[in-house]
Amino acid sequence: MAKMKRLPPQKAKDPKKTFRRLFKEVFDGKKAQFALVLFCIVVSAVCTVYVSTLLQSLIDDFLTPMLASGHFDSAVLLRTMAGWAVVMAAGVAASYVQARIMVTIAQDALLSIRNKMFTKLEKLPISYFDRNQHGQIMSRFTNDADTLQQMISQSLVSVISSGLTLIFVFAAMLMNNWIMTVIIVLTMFVLLQVTKIIGSKSSKNFEAQQKNLAKVNGYIEEMMTGSKVVKVFNHEGKSKAEFDALNGELCQTMTRANTYSNVMGPIVNNIGNLQYVILVFCGSLLSIMTGGAYSVGQLAAFLQLSKSFSNPMGQIAQQVNFFLMALAGAERIFELLDESEEVDNGYVTLVNAKEVDGVLTECSERTGLWAWKHPHTDGSGITYTPLKGDIVMDSVDFSYVEGKQVLTDVSLYAHPGEKIAFVGATGAGKTTITNLLNRFYDIQDGKIRFDGININKIKKSDLRHSLGIILQDTHLFTGTIRDNIRFGKLDASEDEIIKAAKLAGAHDFIMMMKDGYDTMVENDGEGLSQGQRQLLAIARAAVADPPVLVMDEATSSIDTHTESLVQAGMDRLMEGRTVFVIAHRLSTVRNSNAIMVLDHGKIIERGTHEQLLEQKGVYYRLYTGAFELS
Amino acid sequence: MFRRLARSIREYRTSALLTPLYMIGEVAMEVLIPTLMALIIDRGVYMNDTAYIVKMSVLIVLAAMLSMMFGILGASSGSKASCGFAKNLRHDLFHHIQDFSFSNIDSFSTSSLITRLTTDVQNVQQAFQMIIRICFRAPIMFIFAIIMVIRNGGTLVAIFAVAIPVLAIACVWFIKRVFPIFNRIFRHYDKLNRVVNENLTGIRTVKAYVREEQEEEKFFEASGNIRNDFVLAQKMMVMINPLVQAVAYACLLAICYFGARLISGGAMGTGELMSVFTYTMQILMSLIMIAMIVVQLSMSRAAAQRIIEVLDTKPEMDLNENGKKDVQDGSVSFSHVDFSYSPSGNPLVLHDINLEIKSGETVGILGSTGSGKSSLISLIARLYDVTSGAVAVGGRNVRDYDIVSLRDAVSVVLQKNTLFSGTVRSNLLWGNENATDDELWWALNSANADFIKDLDAHVEQGGNNFSGGQKQRLCIARALVKKPKVLIFDDSTSAVDTRTDHEIRTALRNDVKDCTKIIIAQRVNSVMDADKIVIMKNGRIEDVGRHEELLERNTIYQDLVRVQLGGKENG
Repeated sequence: MAKMKRLPPQKAKDPKKTFRRLFKEVFDGKKAQFALVLFCIVVSAVCTVYVSTLLQSLIDDFLTPMLASGHFDSAVLLRTMAGWAVVMAAGVAASYVQARIMVTIAQDALLSIRNKMFTKLEKLPISYFDRNQHGQIMSRFTNDADTLQQMISQSLVSVISSGLTLIFVFAAMLMNNWIMTVIIVLTMFVLLQVTKIIGSKSSKNFEAQQKNLAKVNGYIEEMMTGSKVVKVFNHEGKSKAEFDALNGELCQTMTRANTYSNVMGPIVNNIGNLQYVILVFCGSLLSIMTGGAYSVGQLAAFLQLSKSFSNPMGQIAQQVNFFLMALAGAERIFELLDESEEVDNGYVTLVNAKEVDGVLTECSERTGLWAWKHPHTDGSGITYTPLKGDIVMDSVDFSYVEGKQVLTDVSLYAHPGEKIAFVGATGAGKTTITNLLNRFYDIQDGKIRFDGININKIKKSDLRHSLGIILQDTHLFTGTIRDNIRFGKLDASEDEIIKAAKLAGAHDFIMMMKDGYDTMVENDGEGLSQGQRQLLAIARAAVADPPVLVMDEATSSIDTHTESLVQAGMDRLMEGRTVFVIAHRLSTVRNSNAIMVLDHGKIIERGTHEQLLEQKGVYYRLYTGAFELS
Repeated sequence: MFRRLARSIREYRTSALLTPLYMIGEVAMEVLIPTLMALIIDRGVYMNDTAYIVKMSVLIVLAAMLSMMFGILGASSGSKASCGFAKNLRHDLFHHIQDFSFSNIDSFSTSSLITRLTTDVQNVQQAFQMIIRICFRAPIMFIFAIIMVIRNGGTLVAIFAVAIPVLAIACVWFIKRVFPIFNRIFRHYDKLNRVVNENLTGIRTVKAYVREEQEEEKFFEASGNIRNDFVLAQKMMVMINPLVQAVAYACLLAICYFGARLISGGAMGTGELMSVFTYTMQILMSLIMIAMIVVQLSMSRAAAQRIIEVLDTKPEMDLNENGKKDVQDGSVSFSHVDFSYSPSGNPLVLHDINLEIKSGETVGILGSTGSGKSSLISLIARLYDVTSGAVAVGGRNVRDYDIVSLRDAVSVVLQKNTLFSGTVRSNLLWGNENATDDELWWALNSANADFIKDLDAHVEQGGNNFSGGQKQRLCIARALVKKPKVLIFDDSTSAVDTRTDHEIRTALRNDVKDCTKIIIAQRVNSVMDADKIVIMKNGRIEDVGRHEELLERNTIYQDLVRVQLGGKENG
């Protein structure tokens, strides 16, 4: 619901630069179309001005002589009008062509910007998501992209065409009569001043309104979310009173803001009317004083022109604010696009392999045997190392933020098939260690080796393919249950999926669902219990079948039946793999080959369950006291 | 529908009624002005009558001033009426929802209630403002302008007999064709946002499985669909402007030609011809405005219906405000209680529950998900009413109490608990507004909330600046401030580590001795030392007994102990 808290309009830091970049983004490689659009805008502006002067020709060339002669020549009039019709048709056609081209240009540009944004999002390092609130990133995709869309498809052209029309009309007015032009410029000035005053009052009040609206909406959100708590504490009366106070305040500011924006129309309109009167009055006097040299036709044309003058003026005034707002949004979008991506200098890749005469060789088909392909930088050729799952951490130091060391001098090893358990209080650094293995974060000092290869040399995607991860919170994606399991391995066959689900112990509950494996999962697994989600996560990891597994056991309580299912599933999954587990369950810990007790980013004790009990250190106290691993 | 919502206008009725009148005034003046202009040209300029020009100009200035005045009056009374209406509507909704019972709340999702109170109210407010302002303005302008055309141009009005149907048909066609496409676009947008959202929350999963490309494809599909449907819709939309322009031009040409004929016959003046041009624009604009109103109003229909749905929901629980005010002690008894969430009584989630709890006892409740633990305890504070049988607190049926007094005496820490933005103090005071600081510290202490150093520490919305375990401890403290006779924990320490859990229970045993404590838990640890442990299965009480007794005879309990405590059942 974060979208309700709309921020007050912000101005772009460098509108010019942003505009140039946006312009390039929209029209790059579309010079011809852009030229055509410009041409059409010019044509339609010229036509508008021309049409405004028709009245003069009608009155002066036909009506006045006709009134004098009393003779109506319809043939001549029709012929002239046919000419007008052609110009009008050209104007209409031009404005259609222009708009039609812009539709495609604008939508293509938006498509490309949106896709670029998402592609970028997928490439950003995990730390970016730590630093930025999801709501804020989300609003780049929603609010900012939407205003940008409106700006590109409407405001951009409207500003250009209004500007051009303004120039042409001004020229036409000058040609018509300079005194009248001076008058219109003066009245226009007054009009602009008034608009500016009301506009600034209006936007100030609008900001106040948005602030109060956010307050009221926030209050509503809280009270609706906690509505049961309200009832349990008999808090209804108080919440009603608090709401009424906020609501009353909102009503006041909203009425004020609304009044200002509503008042704008009639005031501007009627100043326009007054301007019109002044023009008619002065024009009429001018006509009389010049003895008809300033003709009625000219006056009529000028009046028409004056309308063509104030319309685009209003357009521009209206669009400028919106334009700046959209540019600020564009700037934020470009900031996202300019974020530095996750760096991957890895060159060691994971390939299918087979053994030929005792030598490991690369092959293209799936053999089930994998090897690290290591092209040596010193030119000494390529070596192939079988993928086994041997992990070594050597004096690793790490900090998320410079200066705040999270891990200090962590060293450990795990031979293929071994299980390492991490134990320690919250914040001791357990999760951090596992995050380093798949390079969600890069270490500051020390080395991590995978099958003897420094993981910095391994291509990230291949490194991650060889590591399975089960996070504490299972994230499910909208799609079927099958899709969610297949997430682990895209080309998994139906058999593989069912096998994985069975291994995880998820098959039974899946079959009990309405559509079995085709049951849709929505809203991050709404309707699935915590335990069922974990079973799916295990199935997902099982189908990926990685040699190394990193598991963060969930702490949240699940009912005992599912709990034992999860446990059994995990145990089956761990078989034959190198496993790093952040353990919360006693049985997991006890079965581990080695237990690392962490405290403040350091390994303070290590050994097997029995060894550690014998040591009678922290682990012993943890084990014998109230068993507290979380 | 309108009448149901109109009940919320109340004190803003005068403003709401005056607004259309002001609008009529404004429109009348606006339509009068071009005719006065025509008079200046035809009688003033052509006749060289300066005095007449001055006289008419003054009249026009007056008309413009009047129009402005009416406009401003209309704007402010329209704003007052619509904002006030929205305020009342929000007030009515909020108050009504506060009076909802738990089962009422269950029947609406939280997010849908929020939408109804926020977006929907805003939509309805806009529609309301549109009705009282523009709904009158546009048709009246249309009629007045037609009248003036007849007055100034006579038969020229026939032109509109052609132009108006053309434009009207086009409008209907557009609305019919474009609407479904926009509905489709909204759905694509939902999908796009969903993909982004899922990738934001699940970015670690995506990266861990190297599924960036697959997710990109999903996004590209949604964004591609948006692009295609937008192009489709806008291809039609961009025809509107040129079409209106074309119709306007056609009218202009027709007026020129037929106007010239009329003028040559002396039936019309040049100025009048000019005024007809202005009226033409007014007529076409008001037509477009009417089309826009139709679209807008039909869009806010759904919002209005959603609001009415809430307003028409009757609060289901009898609050018994004249009931007994004081609860004797913390004894609780269930006798032959059946319970179903549905008023039809089917399916039953609790079957024939019989249970006696003495005042001051500690009772643990165990059972798997869906076994009816939460349902059972929710009947004690009368969050729901039983389907049959009776629940008594302090020896008296819960229905006989004034519900406020009952809930003051029975404090429930809900499974889905919430903290509210403010301070630690403001949250704790929910338990009792008159509690002293000492009492608050006592509660925090008992709940083992030792991480709180300052009662004025800031609490974010939903308590999000605290960890799960900290939030639970604060919620327990809040319940303690009530000094209840019965204290119920619905899995309230699930995120707290075992040692802290233990410490909280010890503190409660000593600090609130007389209070009955009912604890729902997943961990055997949490209930092992209770006076009574209730085992629930499929909505029935399977067994009641002490730890040792159950360990002896109950297989469910034995399983639980084995799975959770491993070989440590005697530790």
